Amino acid sequence: MTTSLAKLLTISVLALLALGAQAESGEDRGKPALPAQINASWKQECSACHMAYPPSLLPAASWTQLMAGLNKHFGADASLSAAQASEISAFLTKNASNRWSGKSAPLRITETAWFKAKHNEREVPVKVWTRPSIKGAWNCAACHGGAQSGDFSERGVRIPK
Amino acid sequence: MTKRLIFSLALALALSLGAHANPVQDGYRTVAKQENPAFKDFSAAAGQKFYNARPGELSCASCHTDSPKAVGKHAKTGKEIAPMAPSLNPKRFSDAANVEKWFKRNCNDVLARACSAQEKGDFMAYVLSVQ
Repeated sequence: MTTSLAKLLTISVLALLALGAQAESGEDRGKPALPAQINASWKQECSACHMAYPPSLLPAASWTQLMAGLNKHFGADASLSAAQASEISAFLTKNASNRWSGKSAPLRITETAWFKAKHNEREVPVKVWTRPSIKGAWNCAACHGGAQSGDFSERGVRIPK
Repeated sequence: MTKRLIFSLALALALSLGAHANPVQDGYRTVAKQENPAFKDFSAAAGQKFYNARPGELSCASCHTDSPKAVGKHAKTGKEIAPMAPSLNPKRFSDAANVEKWFKRNCNDVLARACSAQEKGDFMAYVLSVQ
């Protein structure tokens, strides 16, 4: 009984600390649910090689920077026509995180304070990320079954072996 | 009678050629002639050699497998890639902008340069010929 209470307390303290770090940096995502109006080009182009990540997971400044560097997109050329790039940029920035108060604009969702807080070492140890069934932290849908439709609720999480 | 026979033969020839024509490849043919006045035609054999080349860390096969008929897999994300051969996947090589988008990306990633119209047309000749 005492141990479980201590455990609960530890978890609460850790969670608060994590939230504190997030609040301090101001790197907070918006609600991950996809906007009512989905841009078809965003869906098609961004999901060609990986999942189309919800725009609200990063601030507008991140998306602007990312879309300006598509020819060198995390080691791959993902360039688009100027017309498509500007159409997708508009959708991304319009629906970007509305709770981001920091000045930072990371390009990787996995490097944001909110992501690290929600996936801390205790909840998801490093060795879990590299399981062949998961591949890496970028692969949301490996554990979040509803990721494609913007559902990242805790209830839906199943970490594969 | 002879005239009618010649007409029928010509029509059959036109139809058989038409069955193999690909508007996207025709576009590359036009560019290839501009790039090289000595341009003759595209070659499926050259395309096959190009497809199977291993220029570096990445090659066509890294994502598309050794066979244009097989289902591929993105080298990094593991995302499934539909077969390259239009005989199995009719949507392939039907949209010029889409074809050009992927040639630009993949030539850059695999060869660190743009591909010539000759290379693109050869590649297509090979993939279109795979049944």
